[in-house]
Amino acid sequence: MVAESPIVQIKQVSKNFDAVYAVDDISLDIYRGEFFSLLGASGCGKTTLLRILAGFEQPSSGRIFIDGQDMTDVPAYARPVNMMFQSYALFPHMNVADNIAYGLKRDGMGKAERAERVQEMMALVKIAAYAKRKPHQLSGGQRQRVALARALAKQPKILLLDEPLGALDKKLREETQFELVNLQERLKTTFIVVTHDQEEAMTMSSRIALMHAGRIEQLDTPRRIYEFPATRYAAGFIGSANLLHAHVVSQEDELVTLRSEALEREFVVHHGQPLAPNMDVSIIVRPEKIQVGPANDAPNKVEGVIKEIAYLGDVSIYHAEIAPGVRIKFTQSNVLPLAEQPLSWEQEVRLSWSPYSCGILSQ
Amino acid sequence: MNKRLSGLIAGIPTFWLVVLFVLPLLFVLKMSLTEARLGLPPYHDLIREMEDGLITIKINFGNYVILAQDSLYLSALWGSLKIATVSTLLCILIGYPMAYAIANSPKHLQTPLLMLVILPFWTSFLIRVYAWIGILKSNGLLNNFLMWCGVIDEPLQILHTVWAVYIGDAYSYLPFFILPLYATLVKLDRGLLEAAADLGARPVMQFLTVTLPQSIPGVVAGSMLVFIPVMGEFVIPDLLGGPDVLMLGKMMWIEFFNNKDWPLASALTVVLLVALIIPFVLMQNYEQQDSKDKA
Repeated sequence: MVAESPIVQIKQVSKNFDAVYAVDDISLDIYRGEFFSLLGASGCGKTTLLRILAGFEQPSSGRIFIDGQDMTDVPAYARPVNMMFQSYALFPHMNVADNIAYGLKRDGMGKAERAERVQEMMALVKIAAYAKRKPHQLSGGQRQRVALARALAKQPKILLLDEPLGALDKKLREETQFELVNLQERLKTTFIVVTHDQEEAMTMSSRIALMHAGRIEQLDTPRRIYEFPATRYAAGFIGSANLLHAHVVSQEDELVTLRSEALEREFVVHHGQPLAPNMDVSIIVRPEKIQVGPANDAPNKVEGVIKEIAYLGDVSIYHAEIAPGVRIKFTQSNVLPLAEQPLSWEQEVRLSWSPYSCGILSQ
Repeated sequence: MNKRLSGLIAGIPTFWLVVLFVLPLLFVLKMSLTEARLGLPPYHDLIREMEDGLITIKINFGNYVILAQDSLYLSALWGSLKIATVSTLLCILIGYPMAYAIANSPKHLQTPLLMLVILPFWTSFLIRVYAWIGILKSNGLLNNFLMWCGVIDEPLQILHTVWAVYIGDAYSYLPFFILPLYATLVKLDRGLLEAAADLGARPVMQFLTVTLPQSIPGVVAGSMLVFIPVMGEFVIPDLLGGPDVLMLGKMMWIEFFNNKDWPLASALTVVLLVALIIPFVLMQNYEQQDSKDKA
């Protein structure tokens, strides 16, 4: 198989508004058929990057290639991409069918073929019953579907989605996530999604670019970004994480021994890259990877007192104080519905984790 | 809210409208059904007590018959309709680009530009119409300028023609067209233009398919604000138009002041009112249709 060429190439793109860089020297390749997410907090530049791809913003420097062609100076109306807007931007004076047909009409598609495509699109997103309704007569979820159908009608090479599920309530959002993924798998269109919701990005994406302050903090699959965050910011943004400050004592094969002065104990962490002795690092442990109870042979163990309990239904979150001023977060699945709470406030607990379920962050 | 207070708040404008609008209107309607006479007041009362003590009510439709039969009044009605229509079209042609430009200019420029639109109101309407005489007359500013440029060899006769009335009407009522249209245009969602561009529409197509259809309510409102007052306009045709420019407002003046025929002037007023109610009802229907669509 020939190495596939990327469908989108972003080459050293920057966008500044006066002295503020919304997008700061980003280079990125996105491949055909990917479900790609630009994830980040508000103001991180993800929407600006998407708008540059759509052609609504001109980059201050850098080039954009779509399917090998330089699109940097091509106006929005001539680009082979379509966008689903966060506010949906449906034309209020047109009914559902006319909204979906809008792009096809601009392309000069014949009436019969157009009607057929509109029908097809309405069936695809299950809104055929509302063809004659105006946007204001639809619910939020229905409008979202119309916006999706309208953006897909021209069969773009790339579909850009700006917070596609942002305006939906939680339950509908979860259902729609899976529908979007199924739709993308069926159509094989490249989807580029902007979202601030890490769960949404994790559920849907093949790859995630985590953005922070106009730059890409980490670019990886959802699993790798969660299990092996590259930076403290990435660790904190996706899921929750315990960070323990320590310094490197020794490294043998791929097992690193570290010492935390605050906790007055040593830890062992599996880490592939060589680390300099005495280097200051953070050990990252995800709350669900911590085990409760005696584990005498585990190399990483701490004792603590439970200070906070949050019952979420499926899991409970506990905060334990393991040294003055140092707290560690861990979760327990609630397996039995009415079991007496196994852990309560001020209870002493022993916590442990494997060297293979934690990581080291040097930055 | 306090019931008495809300009753008072609704009552004051109701009282105002009844005393200053409904009653005079009924009075005019009544007068249009009387007969003219020499004397004061210059009409026979509708209700008269005869010498034998009988009270008679004499309704006279003669004024309306005169209006229908004398082609002078029909051509005045036609003249008013034609001039109001042309003036409204002129306002649309001149006012739409202006409103569009203001609505699309940078935020900090919009208020000063709107001020420029409203600024002429600082000067009396009558004086501004007089000023047009100075511009349009044979040796006025416009003709002198055109002759100086060499565009024309001898002065154009604009003043005292229907063209002067069109110019005066369009000039005087332009702000009334621009302001409601601007209010509609400025509220339009810019995201929709991006959506249109994204779907392949070039700027001209974006305007034709997104901006224009959504600005129709503003165009309708602005057109009504021009059409209705121009229909009854008296000052502009009187000062700028010639003797062959026939309009209802001018006819009313002539009947009332020159011919002292108050009943006939009243009948003309009623006819004008009916002619104005028709477009107004049309607009109401349009708005109701519009809000029904939105409900």
